[in-house]
Amino acid sequence: MSDSPLILQVQGLSKNFGGVKAIDNVDLDIRQGEIVALIGPNGAGKTTFFNCLTGIYSPTSGEIDLSDPRTGKTTRVNGKKPNKITEIGMARTFQNIRLFPTMSVLENVMIGRHCRTKAFIFGAIFRNAATRREEAAIIECSYDILKQVGLHKQVNEQARNLSYGAQRRLEIARALATEPFLLLLDEPAAGMNPKETEELVALIRLICSEGHSILLIEHDMKLVMTLSDRIFVMDYGKKIAQGTPEEVRANPAVIKAYLGEDVDA
Amino acid sequence: MDYFIELLFAGLTRGSIYALIALGYTMVYGIIGLINFAHGEIYMIGAFTSFIVATVLSIYGFPLLAIVVIAGVAAAVWSSAYGFTVEKLAYRPLRKAPRLAPLISAIGMSIFLQNYVLLAQTSDFLPFPELIPEFAFMEPVAHIVGSSDMVILVTTTLVMIGLTCLIKFTKIGKAMRATAQDKTMAVLVGVNVDRVISATFVIGSALAAIGGLLIASHIGQINFYIGFLAGIKAFTAAVLGGIGSIPGAVLGSLVLGLTESFATGYISSDYEDVFAFSLLVLILIFKPTGLLGKAEIQKV
Repeated sequence: MSDSPLILQVQGLSKNFGGVKAIDNVDLDIRQGEIVALIGPNGAGKTTFFNCLTGIYSPTSGEIDLSDPRTGKTTRVNGKKPNKITEIGMARTFQNIRLFPTMSVLENVMIGRHCRTKAFIFGAIFRNAATRREEAAIIECSYDILKQVGLHKQVNEQARNLSYGAQRRLEIARALATEPFLLLLDEPAAGMNPKETEELVALIRLICSEGHSILLIEHDMKLVMTLSDRIFVMDYGKKIAQGTPEEVRANPAVIKAYLGEDVDA
Repeated sequence: MDYFIELLFAGLTRGSIYALIALGYTMVYGIIGLINFAHGEIYMIGAFTSFIVATVLSIYGFPLLAIVVIAGVAAAVWSSAYGFTVEKLAYRPLRKAPRLAPLISAIGMSIFLQNYVLLAQTSDFLPFPELIPEFAFMEPVAHIVGSSDMVILVTTTLVMIGLTCLIKFTKIGKAMRATAQDKTMAVLVGVNVDRVISATFVIGSALAAIGGLLIASHIGQINFYIGFLAGIKAFTAAVLGGIGSIPGAVLGSLVLGLTESFATGYISSDYEDVFAFSLLVLILIFKPTGLLGKAEIQKV
């Protein structure tokens, strides 16, 4: 694993909100094919970190470099627009589900294909052969992705009518539709029952085996420890530890961050 | 009974013109939450463009049908260019500003465009050429439904069907719906939201321009100020139907058109606007979200 190419390199990333240092000089890197977890107590800055990566916030300082393993091209993405970053090949899901509630399951996924196709307003009006072919290809590909996450029987259902676990899977499907090489999952198992979590672990493994790399934020430690190749730990905006699950579990700084200082010591 | 049917058709005609303009208000509101007060002026520019093109073409002796089509296309394209530019200049720089700022900017744009046309053209009423002829086959019912009413009804119906298909089935339509539902998320799945917003302005402006051509030919005169009242009425219709909802805009427009038509026909034409705006006040008191509008749920 350690010799596969780096796909994400974050160096010295900081984000200030007024005087608050939400992220303070954080380094992080991900290699092709890895599942990396970002953990930390509530308010540690994990979601802010995701927002900086995906372009929702522009970082105060620091660099974010994405390298597409398919082409080997490296792009500096800080300051780029979110849709450009999605086009380069990074997609994400949200902590609280954000689907397009009154669109169908299929349409939700098809939207994700947008950045990979060309036709726009003129194609839409004149509907030439190329547009129609492209449209058919989008539907076919979206259907395949839905099959992968097990939602192909509900393609015409409105997204808001799906069960909670299914909505989570649909979010992942929509993210996959943008053809990312790096997928960011923000608390994918939040609110799931053990069976749903188990299915989610299997799904994440499947996605990873197909060549996507994954960075996830998660509080479910069992899931984090079983899935991750490496773990980064944040607290108060700073990175306090990194390493394999075993190393992180044994790290005193991590234990302190989660459980507080031992009073008697 | 004839009188009733006559009023009914007059109301539907009026309503469908309002609808062409109201759609622009409601689509823009649905996507960026802005009341585009300059939209009435876009409609006025559409009427002026078709006036100029139609006059020039009729000097060269083009057949009537060709004049209508070319003038319509020219008006749609020219107004779209205005809509696109207004959005780029007046609203896009204020995308992240508080909501009041683009609203003031819109009012400014509306005043600017009115005065620009006033200076570039004239303050007088201009006689608009009659582009829609009296059809021979309409003769038996001509005392109830005029040919131009019929043309307006048919054209707007076709345009609405086209718009519905565009929004329901095409990629840009999906992108528009997605942007309306969750802008941040749309960007994150790779939708170029700026382009979707531009497209919305372009489509809305083209519809308003077609409305401008039809109504100008129906009434027979235009002026730099016609956009103001038409804009306010169409805005009323959009609010009546539930702003942000496309079927709502159409329904609201028809209700408004029919109300005005029957009120003027049976009571008095002096009170036309009184009835229109009383209706708005009543709807806002009893159903503030409009006929088909949904209550806005604030996400926590």
